[in-house]
Amino acid sequence: MINLNLYTRRRVINAVGLTVSLLAMLFGLFWLCWILFTLLDHGLPALTSVVFTQMTPPPGSSGGLLNAISGSLMMTVVGTLIGTPIGILAGTYLAEFGHRGWMAPLTRFINDILLSAPSIVIGLFVYEIYVVHVKHFSGWAGAMALAILVIPIVIRTTENMLRLVPSTLREAAAALGAPQWKIINFVTLRAARAGIITGVMLAVARISGETAPLLFTSLNNQFWNSNMDQPMANLPVVIFQFAMSPYEDWQRLAWAGALLITLSVLTLNILARVLFRQSATTH
Amino acid sequence: MPMFSLEARLKRQAVLDMLFRTLTRISAFSVLALLAAIIFSLVVGSMPAIHAFGFGFLTSPEWDPVNDKFGALIPIVGTLITSGIALLIAIPVSFGIAIFLTELSPRILRRPLGIAIELLAGIPSIIYGMWGLFVFVPVFADHVEPWLNDHLGVMPYIGPLFSGPPMGIGILTASIILSIMVIPFITSVMRDVFDVVPTLLKESAYGLGATTWEVMWRIVLPYTKVGVAGGIMLGLGRALGETMAVTFVIGNAHELTKSLLMPGNSISSALANEFTEAVGELYTSSLIELGLILFFITFVVLSIARFMLYKLGQREGQAA
Repeated sequence: MINLNLYTRRRVINAVGLTVSLLAMLFGLFWLCWILFTLLDHGLPALTSVVFTQMTPPPGSSGGLLNAISGSLMMTVVGTLIGTPIGILAGTYLAEFGHRGWMAPLTRFINDILLSAPSIVIGLFVYEIYVVHVKHFSGWAGAMALAILVIPIVIRTTENMLRLVPSTLREAAAALGAPQWKIINFVTLRAARAGIITGVMLAVARISGETAPLLFTSLNNQFWNSNMDQPMANLPVVIFQFAMSPYEDWQRLAWAGALLITLSVLTLNILARVLFRQSATTH
Repeated sequence: MPMFSLEARLKRQAVLDMLFRTLTRISAFSVLALLAAIIFSLVVGSMPAIHAFGFGFLTSPEWDPVNDKFGALIPIVGTLITSGIALLIAIPVSFGIAIFLTELSPRILRRPLGIAIELLAGIPSIIYGMWGLFVFVPVFADHVEPWLNDHLGVMPYIGPLFSGPPMGIGILTASIILSIMVIPFITSVMRDVFDVVPTLLKESAYGLGATTWEVMWRIVLPYTKVGVAGGIMLGLGRALGETMAVTFVIGNAHELTKSLLMPGNSISSALANEFTEAVGELYTSSLIELGLILFFITFVVLSIARFMLYKLGQREGQAA
């Protein structure tokens, strides 16, 4: 009798626990759906062709987000172009050369911390070392801050992906007499290419939504500007400014921008995963 | 002289090898230099404030730009409280999601559901902030806060925490939104560490008649507790530094209140709101010192997180 009781109690606890975990899952999905639904609901009606053809307006008149979109694209591209090579090279060092000594473990540790370091501090840092000295906000400063965010992500994925490359490949190349730089550049890095591209895409996804580091670096610009040495409009900061404003036109544009950013970030995220999965299955 | 040219080629390759190795080493070193430069520049930037206020900066609740009197107590407390409450919500939910994804979910659904949770981490912080301010805050103010006022607000001890005008914005709102943002990070670490539990161990428990819940609670969790703690610390590190989402909904008031429903401030939101408008050396420098404090706190938390995850990884290596 007692045993039966115990048995029932254990089964009940199990059922309750598992139901709660199902609810937790639904809880997570609930927020995702709610946020995405809101974005579509507010963003789609605001997303007209004007958004892509006109500049950010002064309050009370109509306009678009063209200068912000182009500014965001420029800074993201430059930031990625600066950060990716450094990240890949450093990741290569960690995976291929860093077997001995203190430097590789220390770098790995510091890199893991920079990976989750508050991005607003990176903004402050770039402000301190660059903006203060040139005495004006600029697109270069924004790109620099974004590059600093890209580096740790690329290092992490490059190292992980290079470690997945079987050492028989390296040994085969070495046995053929290939020098090490050729082995790494033409054999291992090539074998890890899909994974590294995934990492870069995730890095781009991460920085294209970053607002905090741009607040103190590129700031904002109401007008069209393709000069990286000037303050530069960008989607996140424009969204921040417009959403916090009391003007309805501005808020509508902020929703359009928010939808644009989220769609591109989520698309990049999903694409990166699909790409990586495909390459993993064909190997 | 073919021998000679071969030797020259070998030598050239050796030089290229050396160059390439040096290049990668410099890149790796730049990470270390970057960290040193960040700390150095923040320290230099906050020197005027450090000179003016000393250690009193950490304990003073004053924030008075007009008279150039600054203290970091309110933002520090705000940062710690919002992150703490966010973890209280996020830990059980993440644990539940991780159990669901590793043990319960049908195999076909596992991947899409996993990606859906990871997409929560992909949504930019500013979107959380905007959604929070325009959608979540009104709902919270109209439906949740009055209920909290009526039910929890009248209880002894915890009553003051939940009483106050139902404005929607405030510390509790910021904490809830933060918790949604860190759930994917904690979940992902939990899933990873749950995977390192040897199947043999789990199957032995199942073989002895343990239920799924008992296996999770008594076998998997004890085995991975260091890693789980590491994941939680990682989430905490994220929550501490989160800026835009908090800035939108916390209310940005330099006030120390007992109630969680009242507006407050956090280090990152103070920076985001005030830095570009700060005039005067002392004001700017105090804000930079806030940034330095934030960096220090997250650095310590993330170091502990990495250390714990490293410990678990080491044990896994021994078991294998």
